[in-house]
Order: sequence, then structure tokens, then C-alpha cells
Amino acid sequence: MSLASTQSVAEIKARNKELINEVLKVYPEKTAKRRAKHLSVHEAGKSDCGVKSNLKSIPGVMTIRGCAYAGSKGVVWGPIKDMIHISHGPVGCGQYSWGSRRNYYVGTTGIDAFGTMQFTSDFQEKDIVFGGDKKLAQVIDEIQGLFPLNHGITIQSECPVGLIGDDIEAVSRAKSKEYDGKTIVPVRCEGFRGVSQSLGHHIANDAVRDWIFDKLTPETERRFESTPYDVAIIGDYNIGGDAWSSRILLEEMGLRVIAQWSGDGSLAELEATPKAKLNILHCYRSMNYISRHMEEKFGIPWCEYNFFGPSKIAESLRKIASFFDDKIREGAERVIAKYQPLVDAVIAKYRPRLEGKSVMLFVGGLRPRHVIGAYEDLGMEVIGTGYEFGHNDDYQRTAQHYVKDGTLIYDDVTGYEFERFVEKIQPDLVGSGIKEKYVFQKMGVPFRQMHSWDYSGPYHGYDGFAIFARDMDMAINSPIWKKTRPPWKEVPRPSLMAAE
Amino acid sequence: MASLRQIAFYGKGGIGKSTTSQNTLAALAEMGQKILIVGCDPKADSTRLILHAKAQDTILSLAASAGSVEDLEIEDVLKVGYKDIRCVESGGPEPGVGCAGRGVITSINFLEENGAYEDIDYVSYDVLGDVVCGGFAMPIRENKAQEIYIVMSGEMMAMYAANNISKGILKYANSGGVRLGGLVCNERQTDKELELAEALAKKLGTQLIYFVPRDNVVQHAELRRMTVLEYAPESKQAEHYRNLATKIHNNGGKGIIPTPISMDELEDMLMEHGIMKPIDENQVGKTASELAAVSA
Repeated sequence: MSLASTQSVAEIKARNKELINEVLKVYPEKTAKRRAKHLSVHEAGKSDCGVKSNLKSIPGVMTIRGCAYAGSKGVVWGPIKDMIHISHGPVGCGQYSWGSRRNYYVGTTGIDAFGTMQFTSDFQEKDIVFGGDKKLAQVIDEIQGLFPLNHGITIQSECPVGLIGDDIEAVSRAKSKEYDGKTIVPVRCEGFRGVSQSLGHHIANDAVRDWIFDKLTPETERRFESTPYDVAIIGDYNIGGDAWSSRILLEEMGLRVIAQWSGDGSLAELEATPKAKLNILHCYRSMNYISRHMEEKFGIPWCEYNFFGPSKIAESLRKIASFFDDKIREGAERVIAKYQPLVDAVIAKYRPRLEGKSVMLFVGGLRPRHVIGAYEDLGMEVIGTGYEFGHNDDYQRTAQHYVKDGTLIYDDVTGYEFERFVEKIQPDLVGSGIKEKYVFQKMGVPFRQMHSWDYSGPYHGYDGFAIFARDMDMAINSPIWKKTRPPWKEVPRPSLMAAE
Repeated sequence: MASLRQIAFYGKGGIGKSTTSQNTLAALAEMGQKILIVGCDPKADSTRLILHAKAQDTILSLAASAGSVEDLEIEDVLKVGYKDIRCVESGGPEPGVGCAGRGVITSINFLEENGAYEDIDYVSYDVLGDVVCGGFAMPIRENKAQEIYIVMSGEMMAMYAANNISKGILKYANSGGVRLGGLVCNERQTDKELELAEALAKKLGTQLIYFVPRDNVVQHAELRRMTVLEYAPESKQAEHYRNLATKIHNNGGKGIIPTPISMDELEDMLMEHGIMKPIDENQVGKTASELAAVSA
């Protein structure tokens, strides 16, 4: 058991505040002043977590953030499987981010699906000097020749495209015309724009609005046959199959899922979404923009939901059902009841092994808050959390619905801060990304990657919960943690004693 | 190569940089100096008077067709013109696309790496109008041009530009060795031109190294794609360029770190010389018809 849960809330708050002061001490005065605004101890009843967010990271610190290109190509557009996404610019951006998001899809790669392939215009010096538009046109021609079954193309701008002012919109229009109105979407997601990947999500959402929705024809609309139970899953990227284990629950309760945005998604699904009766939004951060747009333009209501852990799943299923008739409401109850034995079995097996364990999180998107319920269902406690690129509305949701009094909050945490916090608090588990994983494991702290599910998953839905519980148990209760110190250096450590 | 002198001509667009530089360099060549001209303007017309033609094969166009600049040999891009002056043009994209600044950087690196500067007394960079980005500042960065000559005239915008270029030189003067060699006034026959040019030179802490009078023979020579030195070697104008060349030749190592002035100081200077009338602050931003209405 961690040090944390042996203390009272007042003691925890005092310790956390002291910890914040301690990490701030190493910074130069100006940096300390700026970082102080991003670190806080949550006070129950407050409407947000008391931190500033969505501000520029400070030069010299190690930030965990990505860039606008990562937000557009990596997150929003990349998983659309039947479109080809060109990383437009020098080769590195596409190459080094290749296949790292684990967005599963169904299809024949290279024929009608392209998710795990990497397309780049591979800028050379001459493309910088003379402009890359001609090369882009050539890349599109080659794609058309080599992959004739692709349903569309997106152009994901890397930094140099914005610096030299290439007119990728003109190329897109010309090539679209040449290929009979083919969907070609230019995305101005140059990495230097904004403070994190967050702006890239917004830019990508806007590109869907401008280059997909605004170009819908009566023909595409006619092809679609509506039912009263059509919903679209928005903001599920199907990491390790998350959208699939979510979709089955919605279908079992009587809804028809007409689109997945964007995990295992397709262009046709994007085009069909304006016909949905309800948009259900999982990752609020990356796709609230397009949800609001569809509400305004097409009158589609949207609701946020959370499919991590049985408590939140049941709550969400009922919330989604409340937008529909009795048939769906009964369906929701039926689904909850059906999976109850599975939930009971999972909890019976894992809760005794995980009860009272503490967790510190640092992730992106929705996870710094959404996974808290799943941990609590297993008797665990999240004692620290923070967002890579969250905005104030994320921290409001976190404060109002998720975190407990005294939780340590760290926005855009720096490498130094995170290491010190974990070192001092000694949680039983840290959940963050690949860059953090080995640092903490070498410190002797169990770790799970909570971006990619550490090559596991899905974690969404009831089936996902079973896997989540198993994975957390595997990480925390691995016998390796008893062997992190050589026998001659063995001293009693509270966290180790607790594990025995 | 200890004696290699690297100089550059900067100035407002259309002021006559290329004409002045080519004539001056032709005069230096007459004096027995071995010269390399590096044109750093995408228009690639910095060596036209020396070669009697616009250079067709710029470094960047050849690099683009060959694949990359690594595929080029120095002989492919080096042309020899009047008095054995060696000429290369960086070239660049057509207007409105790509990044000409990056092109300048690529070209200069290529020339250095491929030994274009060996067995040469002078390298002269001819750079387009303003130092609009880092690429066009390349010739004034570390280990490139030691002295900058700013071509200007008595026109207000030319003086503004000269002051701005001095700011660019100042920026790199401390990190590298670049210095302002002096101003070259290319006569436009504006009011009190010589007086103003000298006053500006003084403000910038430098000298008016030469006042080149206006003479139509320059245009006659240009129409024939020649320098005056070659077209009319006996003319008075040719003698002026020889004088300028001698001054520059003797000015080696005498460049200074400029002291650029503020916009207000520049306007004050114009007012002092009666070029600009003092303006009533109330009249700033008023149209002619508004002013007429007030005075009526």
C-alpha cells in the first residue's frame, strides 16, 4: 500500500503542496512563477482543478507534448482507413510516428485500407527552394495509380510547407477535379502551430467541416437510409480495438452505429454522420469541435460518455439511452444486466489483488479523468493526474466528476516534476507514455502505458474492463518488483513491505 | 588564401546594385584582381553585363534537374566572362513559390565546399533588395563577406533601406566579422543628394565612399549587356568606376560597425536638409480633401 492512503486528506494536501514548492525551487525565478500556475492540489467543491492550461511549454524543460501535425495526422485523420494520408514534407515526421497509435482496422492493407502504411512526399532541398506543389501533385498521381481503391486523400502539412507557403489547397482542388470530384483534403497542421497537438485536433476537425461536410452532394445523401436509432461514435480511435468493444454494447441495446470517428472509420462514415440522431463523444478534447459544429449546422445533439469501467459504462449507457425511446432504455438495462456476471467475476478476481493501490496518471485527451472510474471499480485510487494538452474545460470536467479532494494536479508536467513527484509519493502504479515508462520502471515503480495500452487492449467496454483489470494486476503484482534491489542494499521500504 | 577579400553589395531594389557592382568589379579586374561574382538573386541577372547574357544554368536549376546539389560539379555552374571574371548565379524559384532564402544558403555552401573560392582575390555577393529573411543574410554571416557596400541614392526610400541594411549588419557584426565598408551613392539627381548621402553616412558612422554621377552611357552599355568599362573604356563614367574600384580596393579592413538610426532620426535628418517639411501632428493621417475642408 502506498504512503498516500495511510494519511489523512489534510496531511496529503500539505504534503502535495510541499512537493510542489520543492520542485519549483529548482527552477529560475521566472520559470518557477510560470510553472507554479500549472501545479495544484485539488480542493473538493471547486469548479476546476486550479491550474492554468493550454499554454506554451517552457523552453529547456522536458515536455511530453506533441505537435499540431501529431494531432491531425496521428490522432484525428490517421485512423480513417480507406483514405491515404500523405505526410507532406521531409520524411522524418511520418517515418518516426509510423504505426505508433495502434488504431486497429478491418480491411486489406494496401488494397482498400491503408492504416499501417506510411505515405510521404519526402521533401528534398530542391522542394524547399522551388516549392513542393509539383511533387505533391505527382504523389497524388502515383497514389491513384498504385492504390486505385483508395477513397480519398488527405494532405497532412509538416512545418516546411507552412514556412515556404505552398498552396496545397490549389493542388487539392485541381487534383480533385482531375479525378472526378475525388475527396482530397488539405490540412494546415504544420507542427509549429499552437502549443501542443491540441490545435492539430481543432485544425483537423475544421478540415472535416470544410472539405467533407461542405462538399456533400445530394447523391451521397440519397445513398443513406436513416433509422430512428442511428448514432455516431465520435472520438474513439480504436486503440487496441476500443471502438469495437464499445460498439457492440450500443448495438446490443438496439442502436445502430453509423460511423466511428475515427478508429476503423471510413470516408463514407464521415459523410453519413450528418444523418445521425445522436453523436456520442468519448474523447471530448479532440472532437468536441466537430460535434458542436454538427449540432449547430445539422441539429444533431451530442453527449459525452465514458466506457472505462463498469460504473461509468452503466452510467453512460443510461445517459445515451435517455436520448431515445423506451425500447432503447430497456435495451440499456438489458445490456447492463447481461454483463453484470462478467463484471462481478472480474472484480472478484482482481479487486482483492488491487484494493487500496494508488495510481498516478499523466496522459492526453480524455484519459487523465476517464480512466479514474475503472481504477475505482477495482478498489484503486488515483492520487495524481494531469493533462498533456488539456484545456480548462477538461480540468472542469475532472474537478466536477472525477478527482478526489487533495489529488495532485500537474498540467503539461515536466520530466523533472513528474520524476520527483513519483519518487516522493511512491504510488503503486504510474500510467503514462513510452517516454516515461522506463524511467519509472528503473525507479522500481510499476508502469502501464496508457496511450497505447502497452500493446494490449481494448480497455473500453465490459470486455475491455476485464483486460484492463488483468493488465493492471500484471504490472503491479509482478514478482520482479521484489527484485529491484540487490540483497546487500535491501532496506525496509514501505511500498515493498506492502506488496508482501 | 589569406588575402581573399569578400565583399557584398546591398541596397534597395532597383537602385542599381548589379550595375554598380559589375562595373566596379570590371574595373578591379582591369587592375589585375581575380574575381568571383556570386549572384544571390532568384532573377539571376547579377552577372549579365560580365557574361553578355543572362546565366541560364543557375546552381539551383541545375541541382533541381540533376536531383540534388551534391550531384553538381563546380564547372557546371561557373562561367567566365569579361577579363576572366568568374560568375555563378544561385538562381531560385519563380516568384511566389518555394523558399529563395534557402536557395541562397544551399548555393553558397555548395560553392565553398567545392573550392570555388580558391585562387581568387575577390568574392563579391550581389544580393536582392532587402534582407527579408535569414537566407538573404547568409552573405553577411560568419566567414562570408567582410565588408558590405550599400548602394543608395538621395531618395527617401533608398535611405530607409540603407538604414535597415545597417541594422542587419549590426546584428551580425558581433557574432561574425562583417563590417560596413561604406555607402555608394548612385546619383538620381534628387535635391541636395550629395549632402544627404554624406549626412546619412555620418549618422551611420561610415563614409560615402563614392558618388557615382548619372550618365546615360551606363544605359547604352546595359542595352548591349556590357559594362561601361568594356563598352566605353575611355568614357568619364568608366573613370568614375575605376575610382570607386580603387577606393574599395584600398578600403580593405577599414570597415566599421554601423550605428543605424531610428525612423524619427532619419526623418529629422531629411527635415534638417529641407527635403521634408515639418508636419503639423494634426495633419497626420488626413486625406487631401479633409485638409482642404479644414483650411476652407
